[in-house]
Amino acid sequence: MPPAAKASPSGPPPFDPYDPLGLDDLLSDEDRAVRDTVRRWAAERVLPHVAGWYERGELPVIRELARELGAIGALGMPLTGYGCAGASAVQYGLACLELEAADSGIRSLVSVQGSLAMYAIHRYGSEEQRQQWLPRMAAGEVIGCFGLTEPDHGSDPAAMRTRARKDGSDWVLDGRKMWITNGSVAGVAVVWAQTDEGIRGFAVPTDTPGFSAPEIHHKWSLRASVTSELVLDGVRLPADAVLPGVSGLRGPLSCLSHARYGIVWGAMGAARASFEAALDYARSREQFGKPIGGFQLTQAKLADMAVELHKGILLAHHLGRRMDAGRLRAEQISFGKLNNVREAIDICRTARTILGANGISLEYPVMRHATNLESVLTYEGTVEMHQLVLGKALTGLDAFRG
Amino acid sequence: MSLRIVVAVKYVPDATGDRHFADDLTTDRDAVDGLLSELDEYAVEQALQIAEAADDAEITVLTVGPADAKDALRKALSMGADKAVHVEDDALHGTDVMGTSLVLAKAIEHAGFDLVVTGMASTDGTAGVVPALLAERLGIPQVTLLSEVAVSGGKVTGRRDGDAASEQVEASLPALVSVTDQSGEARYPSFKGIMAAKKKPVEALDLSDLGIDAADVGLAGAWTAVQEAAARPARSAGTIVKDEGEGGKQLAAFLAEHKFI
Ligand SMILES: Cc1cc2nc3c(=O)[nH]c(=O)nc-3n(C[C@H](O)[C@H](O)[C@H](O)COP(=O)(O)OP(=O)(O)OC[C@H]3O[C@@H](n4cnc5c(N)ncnc54)[C@H](O)[C@@H]3O)c2cc1C
Ligand SMILES: Cc1cc2nc3c(=O)[nH]c(=O)nc-3n(C[C@H](O)[C@H](O)[C@H](O)COP(=O)(O)OP(=O)(O)OC[C@H]3O[C@@H](n4cnc5c(N)ncnc54)[C@H](O)[C@@H]3O)c2cc1C
Repeated sequence: MPPAAKASPSGPPPFDPYDPLGLDDLLSDEDRAVRDTVRRWAAERVLPHVAGWYERGELPVIRELARELGAIGALGMPLTGYGCAGASAVQYGLACLELEAADSGIRSLVSVQGSLAMYAIHRYGSEEQRQQWLPRMAAGEVIGCFGLTEPDHGSDPAAMRTRARKDGSDWVLDGRKMWITNGSVAGVAVVWAQTDEGIRGFAVPTDTPGFSAPEIHHKWSLRASVTSELVLDGVRLPADAVLPGVSGLRGPLSCLSHARYGIVWGAMGAARASFEAALDYARSREQFGKPIGGFQLTQAKLADMAVELHKGILLAHHLGRRMDAGRLRAEQISFGKLNNVREAIDICRTARTILGANGISLEYPVMRHATNLESVLTYEGTVEMHQLVLGKALTGLDAFRG
Repeated sequence: MSLRIVVAVKYVPDATGDRHFADDLTTDRDAVDGLLSELDEYAVEQALQIAEAADDAEITVLTVGPADAKDALRKALSMGADKAVHVEDDALHGTDVMGTSLVLAKAIEHAGFDLVVTGMASTDGTAGVVPALLAERLGIPQVTLLSEVAVSGGKVTGRRDGDAASEQVEASLPALVSVTDQSGEARYPSFKGIMAAKKKPVEALDLSDLGIDAADVGLAGAWTAVQEAAARPARSAGTIVKDEGEGGKQLAAFLAEHKFI
């Protein structure tokens, strides 16, 4: 029985400011249990420390966090076999939301591990590659990264310059990847490179000679996340390092689609945390002799934030159900990513204004979320890319190349 | 041979909710959501650790409570217990510690056991006496309030931390232990555990299944009766100690008077 139905057997349940639409009713008992596990883990293991990590621009305990996330089953969560939890898409989404309500950096760690690196190996890897990497990645013992973006090629990865050439039966990789989440702590890098047969993916053990991953510092966003450059200088790999299941841009794009789906939910986590901080603040902070939540202008902000927040969660849930039914299209994920990240960043910025000067402090989460979302807005396809995807789907006209 | 562990877990009203008494002075269960008593999570955790250390063990979680008490069993199953027993009967409404321990004892015998693990107290009733009553009813040794526990060679051993000393205690199986909140953080239910819990067996029993006379339990069968219940009066304003050189002494005196030190 949904808990909300309990409170009043006659008539609708009472209004809940934290769940104004009663979206909790959409969840099963298992869904709630999954959500509660992640929420509790994040409350105990991330929230007490994340402002400090953020301020110092580091994630010193990333390996412990990865192991703990592995123990609860959050890594490669919707994948099956090889130690993965086999959760539903909705459950994976709920986990992303709870993780990002703590910090986008923690959700990024999980997205890259599960939806990019593990997903690529699970979907396109050989049986040996799956056995070699997935169980340890699911347990958080090995961290993975996903190298697509290059210094000169972001939105247009087809133009990438990283090359893999055949040398006897070996492959030799040369090139640079940029902005790679988890890069410096990864044990395996899924690297995409040009070959004579089109773009191919490689599972690169990071201890291979010629591979290095210097960390990128001086970021003002995703500061509690490891971001790196990948340097590939004559990285020699055996023939079986290539992912046999795919060639062409379709490979990395399908992985990105999967990760973007998680972001559709995740962004609403950052928005929720900021909205709730603003709501609590508005009810207690007094100016001109009354709580600022009592002023119409503040109420308009809160109402608009709540509307976009819960619409966004509803949209995420809808996409999750479609994914679980095998009916989710990439254009629909673009729809979700475009809307939810854009609205989330708007909610965080508005929340920032309600908190006044406190809004810029790390004692409150809103500025941290707002600046994090600047990255989320850009990675996994910028706003413009998703507008072009939708524009093309709507009109049938391709506007990507001018 | 398999080590059979039974963990008694209680479904309690959420302490963060607004708890009320019903007209018959029992807990109004409809007014607030319930959950697995947090102190019993420690009992489940210790049972899991004992089972993991054993060659072969099976953990049954047991609750006596209303229909929704299944949630507490589900939680314990998703943490890793193997199966569950749920005793539910309308006649149980208003049962006191004597009746609760009677029902638990019968259900534990029904399940079969080598070791019974309980929490140190429930988070609602907080009597803390059910473990001792249970051991008496089952006729087995009790080693209570352990902060460390292990099973080997047909014995359960553990450490009980007192104010002045720690005792190392042991008992031969079958036995009952209760564990404290110092025994080690309870694990998070993993997603695999949550999914697997759906498929684990939950045996539903009523009083007649256990051969218990309804007259021995419930409000009527209780040895004690709640005469009156009143909400705690609102907090009065605190005492302000003005420090004129004696502030420390006055503070100490205040704390001593209220038995904080
Ligand atoms: C913190 C962080 C972590 C990241 N992690 C990873 C990772 O793990 N793996 C990985 O491979 N990448 C990662 N990225 C990279 C990210 O995916 C890219 O930054 C993104 O794809 C955009 O590429 P770009 O930065 O080169 O921008 P560009 O492609 O140069 O775009 C610049 C601007 O031009 C616009 N633009 C480009 N083309 C068009 C067009 N045709 N029409 C209209 N506008 C256009 C874009 O929308 C954007 O506003 C990460 C980025 C960040 C910030
Ligand atoms: C507000 C209130 C007032 C009450 N007043 C009285 C009263 O005046 N007199 C009286 O005798 N009783 C009273 N009860 C008692 C109620 O009967 C007890 O809650 C119940 O008997 C168990 O006692 P306890 O919760 O204090 O258990 P404790 O002895 O504190 O519990 C210890 C352990 O026993 C196990 N356990 C306890 N109950 C269960 C259960 N139902 N299922 C499975 N395991 C269990 C758990 O492992 C738990 O950690 C009251 C209860 C409430 C909530």
